[in-house]
Amino acid sequence: MDRKLRRWLYSGILTVCLLGFLFPNRHPHFWWQKIPVYDAVFGLFGCIAIILFSKWLGHVWLMRDEDYYD
Amino acid sequence: MINPVPPAFIYLAGALLLPLIRVRRLQQAVALLIPLIALFDLLNMPNGYYWTYSFLDFQIVLGRVDKLSMVFGYVFVIISFISMVYAIHIRETGQHVAAYIYVGSSLGVVFAGDLFTLLVFWELMAAASVFLIWYRRTPAAMDAGFRYILVHIAGGAILMAGIAIHVAGTGSIEFARFDFATPAAKLILCGFIINAAVPPLHAWLPDAYPEGTITGSVFLTAFTTKTAVYVLARSFPGLELLVWMGAVMTIYGVVYAVMEKDLRRLLAYHIVSQVGYMVCGVGLGSEMAINGATAHAFCHILYKALLFMGAGAVIHVTGCRKMTDLYGKGLYKKIPITLILYMIGAFSISGVPLFNGFISKTMVVAAAGTLHRPAIELMLHLASVGTWLSVGLKLPWGTWFAPGQGVEDDLSEVKEPPVNMLIAMGIAGFLCLLTGLFPKQLYQLLPYPVDYHPYAVSHVVATLQLLLLTMAGFWLLLDRLMAGKATLNLDTDWVYRMFGRWVLGFCRVPLKQISLKLQQLSIRETAFISRVSNIPLTSLEMLWCRLRGEGPTDNPDTVTDREASYRFPMGLGVFVSLVFLFVFGVVYFIVPSF
Repeated sequence: MDRKLRRWLYSGILTVCLLGFLFPNRHPHFWWQKIPVYDAVFGLFGCIAIILFSKWLGHVWLMRDEDYYD
Repeated sequence: MINPVPPAFIYLAGALLLPLIRVRRLQQAVALLIPLIALFDLLNMPNGYYWTYSFLDFQIVLGRVDKLSMVFGYVFVIISFISMVYAIHIRETGQHVAAYIYVGSSLGVVFAGDLFTLLVFWELMAAASVFLIWYRRTPAAMDAGFRYILVHIAGGAILMAGIAIHVAGTGSIEFARFDFATPAAKLILCGFIINAAVPPLHAWLPDAYPEGTITGSVFLTAFTTKTAVYVLARSFPGLELLVWMGAVMTIYGVVYAVMEKDLRRLLAYHIVSQVGYMVCGVGLGSEMAINGATAHAFCHILYKALLFMGAGAVIHVTGCRKMTDLYGKGLYKKIPITLILYMIGAFSISGVPLFNGFISKTMVVAAAGTLHRPAIELMLHLASVGTWLSVGLKLPWGTWFAPGQGVEDDLSEVKEPPVNMLIAMGIAGFLCLLTGLFPKQLYQLLPYPVDYHPYAVSHVVATLQLLLLTMAGFWLLLDRLMAGKATLNLDTDWVYRMFGRWVLGFCRVPLKQISLKLQQLSIRETAFISRVSNIPLTSLEMLWCRLRGEGPTDNPDTVTDREASYRFPMGLGVFVSLVFLFVFGVVYFIVPSF
């Protein structure tokens, strides 16, 4: 990946995480929404979980050759 | 003040008028004018019940107009205009006719105040929309179209059964809230959720939508599922079952989209996912949730059409429908405008602040929070991650930027799509931004008063965290995500596709053999009977031989060879007849006198 883009991404992540501390959720519905970087953690691990789960499910079960029905 | 007419009829009349206009420019003008007339008509429609007619002791209502139906009416008319701009270069009038019958019947459903009207337009919608698939004319499109129409006919039949039982039981055809406890309501719900593409009854959607024509699929994305959301909101608000169905839908679509390499099929799975938010909102049933579902339907129609237009434009100019064929083609240098317009749609669906998904999707999620449904809230939140991952990152990366070796075709001559396509995408993108920037305008249209402020700083920050870290996750697993060739991913259509195949196989092999055996048997027996009756004198012997299981039964020549030995002179026959006549005379004339 382009180094410049990577630097932008890292600084963006850092900024929003810091902003998370500055602007906490004042009307949390659940306890975890009080954590300042909750959404960041959720996004990262959610994304990884979705990719790994989908790919795993596809490989063990769902993905077939394109002419499967022919 | 102008007297409005049912907007459905404007489209239906327009659809009938279009083929009569032979001048191409005039036809295009009329095609674009119809939605504008319909919009003007909508603006003149006051709230209330009107266009009522008596029919067999029942009250037919063509105009049940309130805030809920109006939101759907507005967005349907707007998107029909945009989609028609996108499709205006098509010379085949039939496609426009099918599209406008489809749009008109959807509007008919939305403003229907009774179940008969609903059912008629419901069926018409399915019948018209299938042509938008068949007009692609590829074998795959023909097959997918047949599966599509069969599923919808089945759904329509289930709905009709439910309506019939409901009307027989209650005597009323009013289309209002149903009591879920009754069997009629369960059938009606089943008919509705087939059109809403709720798994496991959703497979028609990712099966058929990617096979439609480039322009027809844009129409398809807007109407069928959203009319289903509308009727669910009208008749089953607050149904707990829908909460879970919707939440599962959001994840289901996301999981399949990660596996998918076909551009439009990936987006189709995200229709399932996004409609999940609406179904869930309807199920949650609070004012905020219904508002959220309605607002999300409005926004979804705009950005999903934009996404399908973008993907369609790529397919139109490159001829490639899978991102694996576009790897390494550097399309971002060749069709940057399409990329930018597509990205507006992608930012919208992903709920990036300033775009319209942000102001509608989060309303449903927040409603789940307000009602304190942690599991539901987490599922919806996770689906947001998956949406951004597939539609916002994976698809544009695979289509425009990915390095590697695609198909051998030379794509160096690729240019931006026709200008009408770009204009249509531009209008849709503009409206996505407009609703995102000024949510109040949309909120005013919603069925209930809105007390929701999406642009709270903490909410924007949290959303940016979610999006940026999803991006980080995407880059971490980029190779794994993009690896592999395009595959076919089994879905629940496997059941009816394989079942159909099994039925066909059963007919072809075992049933066919039984039928052949029966044929042979009947031929043999017919031959035998004809032989037996051919020569009455030998028939007894033939039967006797057959019973003993020997001799000439099966060989017709054996008996006839010996036929000469059984032949008697003619006189014998006359003699036998005379004897018979004599005996008959004795019995008939003489015996009674004793």
